[in-house]
Amino acid sequence: MAITAAKKRGSPAKHSNLHFTGWRRENGRVGVRNHVIILPLDDLSNSVCEAVANNIKGTMAIPHAYGRLQFGKDLDLHFRTLIGTGSNPNVAAVVVVGIEDGWTKRVVDGIAKTGKPVVGFGIEGHGDIATIAKASYKAKEFVQWASELKREECGIADLWVSTKCGESDTTTGLSSCPTVGNMYDKLIPKGIYGVFGETSEITGAEHICRERAINKSVADKWYKMWKAYQEEVIEAHKDGDLSESQPTKGNIAGGLSSIEEKALGNLEKIGRRCRYIDALDAAEAPAKGAGLYYMDTSSAAAECVTLMAAGGWVVHTFPTGQGNVIGNPIVPVIKISGNPKTLRTMPEHIDVDVTGVLRRDQTLDTAGDALIDMIIRTCNGRLTAAEALGHREFSMTKLYRSA
Amino acid sequence: MPSPTIPHFLVHSPKDNVGVVVVEGLRAGTKMKGVITETDTPITGKANHDIPVGHKVALKDMKKGDTIIKYGEDIGKVVADFKKGDHVHVHNHKTKRW
Repeated sequence: MAITAAKKRGSPAKHSNLHFTGWRRENGRVGVRNHVIILPLDDLSNSVCEAVANNIKGTMAIPHAYGRLQFGKDLDLHFRTLIGTGSNPNVAAVVVVGIEDGWTKRVVDGIAKTGKPVVGFGIEGHGDIATIAKASYKAKEFVQWASELKREECGIADLWVSTKCGESDTTTGLSSCPTVGNMYDKLIPKGIYGVFGETSEITGAEHICRERAINKSVADKWYKMWKAYQEEVIEAHKDGDLSESQPTKGNIAGGLSSIEEKALGNLEKIGRRCRYIDALDAAEAPAKGAGLYYMDTSSAAAECVTLMAAGGWVVHTFPTGQGNVIGNPIVPVIKISGNPKTLRTMPEHIDVDVTGVLRRDQTLDTAGDALIDMIIRTCNGRLTAAEALGHREFSMTKLYRSA
Repeated sequence: MPSPTIPHFLVHSPKDNVGVVVVEGLRAGTKMKGVITETDTPITGKANHDIPVGHKVALKDMKKGDTIIKYGEDIGKVVADFKKGDHVHVHNHKTKRW
């Protein structure tokens, strides 16, 4: 029924009563997945976490590369990312494992503020085997508890939808990115939380992005972030020419030939009418209510989606041209593509086919409706292509070398 | 509502001096049908090269140093002269940023 409704041309009234089913968590936020995660504080604890997830079916370890000898803003971001990941409403309960108790407790205490079940174990003084045993008993308790939690019907305003595109080409700017933009133009007024980012990839369209802020102070805050990225990351580290990194080799194969061209296509994701109401630090949770946000992220897909998930977003829309295959452990990543070659050569990765926009037999309005329909279906439990294919890319953003 | 004719290329804005090829296997010499999407107006051209799907085609003759416009915006400079109908890519187009 929902599919038929979404395919009808037209009236905005059809978006006024959108519902989905999800799990309402202890803090009132709604998740669309019900994961029990085994979360390492640091690289050293990955083995224990993977052993626990192997012992206790239905739980998921999220291994990653860092967590030792970080300091300052880099350490703050590390904690914010881990705590945000555990706090995400797609996560029902969390077992944290760290090499020692102190920093492990810091992550546990951060996640505990949501009210969800969370427990931590330090390895030192016990060893891997005893820690695996203790953590496995808790993980079993959590997953059996979570398996009895029920979905409930929720209004669209309970939904947080993020976006970031990848392996872009000229078709993303013509079809899949404006499809996301059309979705935001329809759903932001209905009270959802949206977010876009990719600071380096706004280069060439910064004048347009700056104008899309809700007011001058947000515009200035955003511009300061963009300028800092240019000066502290790009200018400080470039060795001549970034022309094969931004755009990437894949972008270039797809027909993009400058960063300006890529940026203008990228910005099509925020639609025609939306204005962003704040510019967030990486993995920062929004605090200004419903609306569209900017997040200061790199343009690398896994890093960006990991940060947006840590900020609290529960479903991700990902336009791709050449066929980026990314997923995320806790957030379903919906792929949208309008590139006929990609749909022909790797269709198993694409959830929403908008090739009709290039053939001119599909309008952006109907493409946007098809995406909204797929978002609702995904929230209600449909596995995305990335989930079915087992993509669980979780990449911590590192600001500088460890001590 | 299938379209009777699928366009070979699309142009974002009437201000643009390049279009995007949206079909696979476009051969040199093809008489192309296009659409300017912003205004939904038809446009025609002829391809001078084989141009891969997603790659750009020139809508006018341009000289080294000229500004390439797409989305109605500056997307960089011409670094080697080209003619209307030529393939526009990294061999003749470059960013002004880095």
